[in-house]
Parts: sequence; C-alpha cells; structure tokens
Amino acid sequence: MFARGLKRKCSEEEAPADPLQRQSLLDMSLVKLQLCHMLAEPNLCRSVLIANTVRQIQEEMTQDGSWCLPRPQTPGRAPRDRLVSTEILCRSARAGPPPAPDPADLASALQTVPAAQAPGVVPGGPWDRAGPGESRGGFPRSLDQVFETLENHGPGAVEELFSDVDASYYDLDAVLTGMVGGAKSGPEGLESFASAAAPPPGTGCKADLGELDHVVEILVET
Amino acid sequence: MITGLGALTQDTPWCFSQVKGTVEIGATEADIISTVEFNHTGELLATGDKGGRVVIFQREQESKNQVHRRGEYNVYSTFQSHEPEFDYLKSLEIEEKINKIRWLPQQNAAYFLLSTNDKTVKLWKVSERDKRPEGYNLKDEEGRLRDPATITTLRVPVLRPMDLMVEATPRRVFANAHTYHINSISVNSDYETYMSADDLRINLWNFEITNQSFNIVDIKPANMEELTEVITAAEFHPHHCNTFVYSSSKGTIRLCDMRASALCDRHTKFFEEPEDPSNRSFFSEIISSISDVKFSHSGRYIMTRDYLTVKVWDLNMENRPIETYQVHDYLRSKLCSLYENDCIFDKFECVWNGSDSVIMTGSYNNFFRMFDRNTKRDVTLEASRENSKPRAILKPRKVCVGGKRRKDEISVDSLDFSKKILHTAWHPSENIIAVAATNNLYIFQDKVN
Repeated sequence: MFARGLKRKCSEEEAPADPLQRQSLLDMSLVKLQLCHMLAEPNLCRSVLIANTVRQIQEEMTQDGSWCLPRPQTPGRAPRDRLVSTEILCRSARAGPPPAPDPADLASALQTVPAAQAPGVVPGGPWDRAGPGESRGGFPRSLDQVFETLENHGPGAVEELFSDVDASYYDLDAVLTGMVGGAKSGPEGLESFASAAAPPPGTGCKADLGELDHVVEILVET
Repeated sequence: MITGLGALTQDTPWCFSQVKGTVEIGATEADIISTVEFNHTGELLATGDKGGRVVIFQREQESKNQVHRRGEYNVYSTFQSHEPEFDYLKSLEIEEKINKIRWLPQQNAAYFLLSTNDKTVKLWKVSERDKRPEGYNLKDEEGRLRDPATITTLRVPVLRPMDLMVEATPRRVFANAHTYHINSISVNSDYETYMSADDLRINLWNFEITNQSFNIVDIKPANMEELTEVITAAEFHPHHCNTFVYSSSKGTIRLCDMRASALCDRHTKFFEEPEDPSNRSFFSEIISSISDVKFSHSGRYIMTRDYLTVKVWDLNMENRPIETYQVHDYLRSKLCSLYENDCIFDKFECVWNGSDSVIMTGSYNNFFRMFDRNTKRDVTLEASRENSKPRAILKPRKVCVGGKRRKDEISVDSLDFSKKILHTAWHPSENIIAVAATNNLYIFQDKVN
C-alpha cells in the first residue's frame, strides 16, 4: 500500500520543504476533489478538509513565490470567465434546480419543517464571480492557470487525467467548494444536453447553446 | 463494580466470549457493522449495518450451574430499520446505512431505540409477546367468525402462553429536517427530547412530534464558499438537559447552553488545544478533525478522538486537554500515504467504561486500544478469528516501529489498513466490551475467577 504512488516523497510529516513534494501533494488533492465531485453527493467533511489542505498549500506556494502569476488578461478573458461560471451552473442543474434561495435557510428560521426536501447544496452558484481578473488571496482563480503551473513543473498524473477535458470548464473556486456536480463530463458528454435543457440562469449559456446545436446536428445526422 | 486497574494489566486479562457474523471472506458490504450500542442496563446490545438492518442481542440469564460464566448474548430481534431511498430533487440515492443507534432508558416492558441513516431518524419500539388470548366467543380458534345463533354458552377468553415473539415497530419517523448528512443523535436526560446533528446544523426534537424540530445550531455560512469547518459529532450532557457539546473538523469542541438563547450559535465554552508548531504539516488540520466526542458518565469530562490520539478534557478547562493518549503514533510518519489511500479520513469512535477509569478506541489491523486513566497503562488487543476459542485470553499486541522486530510484534508496514475497528461499545457496569470488525461483532469479557 505504501509503495504505490508517491514513494518516499512524503515520508515525513513535516511540511515538505521540497517544492516537488508539495506540488505532488497539491496534484493529489486536486484529483481527490475532482473525484469527490463525480459522486452525486460528496462527503462534505472530506471535501472541506481537502479544500482546506489545497488552500494551505497554495498559500505557502504564494509566499514562496513559487506560484505562477496569472497571465495577463486578454480582452476576451473576462467574458469567458463569466461564461465558465454560468456554464457550470447549467451543468450542475442536472443535480438539482439552479441556484434558488436556499429553502434550508428559511427552515432554520422557522419551526415548521418544509415538506419537500430542500436542495442540499446550492449547486454551482455559491461561488460568486468576482470581477474579471480579481483573485482571492493572491492565487489564480481558474484551473487552467493551475495547469500551466503543473506544466512548468513537469508532467503530472493530473494533466493526463484532464487532457481530454477543456480546462476552461473548471474554476478553482468551484472545485474547492465541492459543490459542483459532474464536472468531469466534457463537451461531448450527454450531461451537457440535460443541463442545456434546464432554464439557464444567465445569458452566458446562449453561446454554449450555439455550440450544442452544432453538436446535436452532428449527432442527428449520424 | 469495575476494577479498572486490574482490567488492563496482564494480571487480569480480557477473554474472548463470542463472535457474531459470517466467516466467509466474501461477506457482502451490506453486512458491514456501522454502529454498536449497549442499552442502559447492558442487557441488550444493538448493532446497525450498512444494509439498514438492526440486530439486537439479549444477554441470557446467568444460570446457577455456571456461575463462573457470564450470560451470553443471543439474537433477540432483527429488523430492517431503513431502506434505500431516492431523492428525486437531487437525483441521488440516500444510503440506508445506519449511522447511529441510541437507546432510550426503559420505562415499561418495551424497549425503545433511535436509529438514523443520513437523513431520517426513527424511533423503534421492541416488545415481547409471549401470551395470546384464546377462547373467544365470536371467533373460532382459526379466527373465523362464528354464527351467533350457534352459540349456547359464554366463556371468558384466557391468555395462554405462546412461543416468545419479539416485535419491532416503528413508532415515529423524524424526516425532512436535515439537508446534510446526519452524523450524531443524542437522547437528552429529560427523556423527552433528543438532538440530531448533521455537517452544518443541529436540530432538537420532541419524541412526540415528528413534523417539527427546532434548529439549535447552524454553522452554515451565508456564502458557502466561506465554508471551512463542519460539525463532526454532538452529544447531550448526561445530567444537565440544557447542555450539549459538538465537535468540529478543526479539532474544536463547543459547549452550549440552551438556556442562553434559542439558537446556540454562540458557545458557552470553547475547547481547543493550541497547535504544536514543531509538528505542523499540511495534514495537521485533517488529523486534528474530531471524529467522536463523548461525555464521561459523571458528566465532568469529555473525551474526543482525532486521527492519532484520544484526549480527555475537563469541562472547567478550555485551553487544553487534561490527558492525551497516543493511539497509533507510528502512523505519523505515514500520513502522506494514508492521505493518498483515504485512510486519514477514517472516523474512529471512542468509549468510556462504566466508572470512567478506562477509555477504549479502535485502530487498524483489527487492533483496539484501552487506556487506564489512573495507572496510565495501556494495552493493544486484536479482534480476530484466530484468538476466538471460548474464554481464550487475548494476548496483548505490539507494533514494531523500527529497528529489530521481536517475535510477536508486527511491523507498521504489515498492518492491514482494510481491517479497521471504528465502532466499539462498553457495558455500562461490567467489563464486557463489544467490538465491531467489519462484518463481525466480537464480545470480550474480563476473566472472572
């Protein structure tokens, strides 16, 4: 059991001073979070603990200066970030209704329990989109920037896992919350059709619908 | 009375008593025991499993012939407590696994227990029937109605003995109050209320009312992206019905007083041990996450279990525990691997003995550990089929940390991490313990001369 994976990289409990050790720990944590999200209902405690660990590593990396700075914002970038967030909202719609005021919040104030089950975790939405380019705590917000970092440090298992998935679909914040469901499915997944069918909460979905139309066309022809 | 001292040393060892469960390696996952609990007298022992079943064992009366042998536990009742459900709104299945069982104190001939899965708590009544009425006037023995015109005499129906039948009936279902997964239930000392805790909220219930619950703790942030801490366990004080504690994934314990306010978001006491800077690592937070919290029977202390230690806290001292016991410190250098294979997220429980002098918790390789708080001695024992001869004395086990391994020691790298003892229970007044090892339940007793 111990021979698998990391070998001696993390043999001591002390914070791995070696950036490579730290990096592989970060990679492993991100993979765990991704796998979490493939479950319909992730274990919240586990997700929170892993997310906190990721934050901790990133904070240290930022302090060290070993975290790659976000690349300069291209003109098209800001709207794309917005697109990412609403796309995720659409995608996660299949796990429940799009973000609505959480009835559970009302329930806690009332004494009567609602008859229907409240959607447990507000899908997608909780991570507000900060203004374009704005990042939290000095570390990059989108996972493609993380992937760039990974590239700089050499190929890792994480890259291979996601090589066929458009990285722009992900947002690090969304990953960290553990609130997004089914993030693994790429554009070719049928899930994206289901999510497109759900009422889009924002206008950002329209661009994606165009793309989906194109894909549907191809499928219908075959 | 329990002699806590004697129970732990090699002088008065623990013996195998019974084992319940299948021997085959291919036992189904549904048989995995997920909770174990003695009732308040120790007469009954309940287990819940991943398949949603509850099995209750009853201790047989001690016979005069075999005074040296304490009563054995035999199956008393088996019932399906929870079934898998489907949440159509979220498109996911709700597991039927029984997370916790808690007994109510006995107030009449019937027994009552609470059992819960991730979402729904149920109150079960377990009662015996050993007599049945016979000699009805209007019905014959098979229950068919008799024509009243044919009846010429009247008789009084009598109760005649029948084979003992134990019935379990669900008396209350407390549903739809938890958005997140229920991790704890705790019966209040007033015997009228109980609480259920999930990752972010704790609700207070009255046993008689199923369509309402009071939310008494809510740590859900307004903005979920700010979530960094969850509730991991909660329990009522054994004597003060207004007091309860809950533990968190950051290794803190909060004691709350329900008299202070309706929503106990502000704690009365906050227990946290300052971090040891020399031991800091990326795993520090994960291993500090508390997996179980238990009041002592006296109500003076609380015990918490985190990944590597068990800690005893005095309710009057918030800044650090009064005792810390290392469960398996040899794992400290393996945390990265344990993180990789997810073992670091295993939730071990801990228990007090009846006199609060000994505490017990589980480990890997089917090992479990006991710590005597008075003598400061500890012992490691193993629940295995090999040690399962009747009244066989359990041999203390030892893990070799490095260097030369002695004959009976086992090295850290040989430990089987798939064999984990997460759930144990201690009889309320005697030295009888129940240890759940995957799908087997072991019962051990101390040796009685």
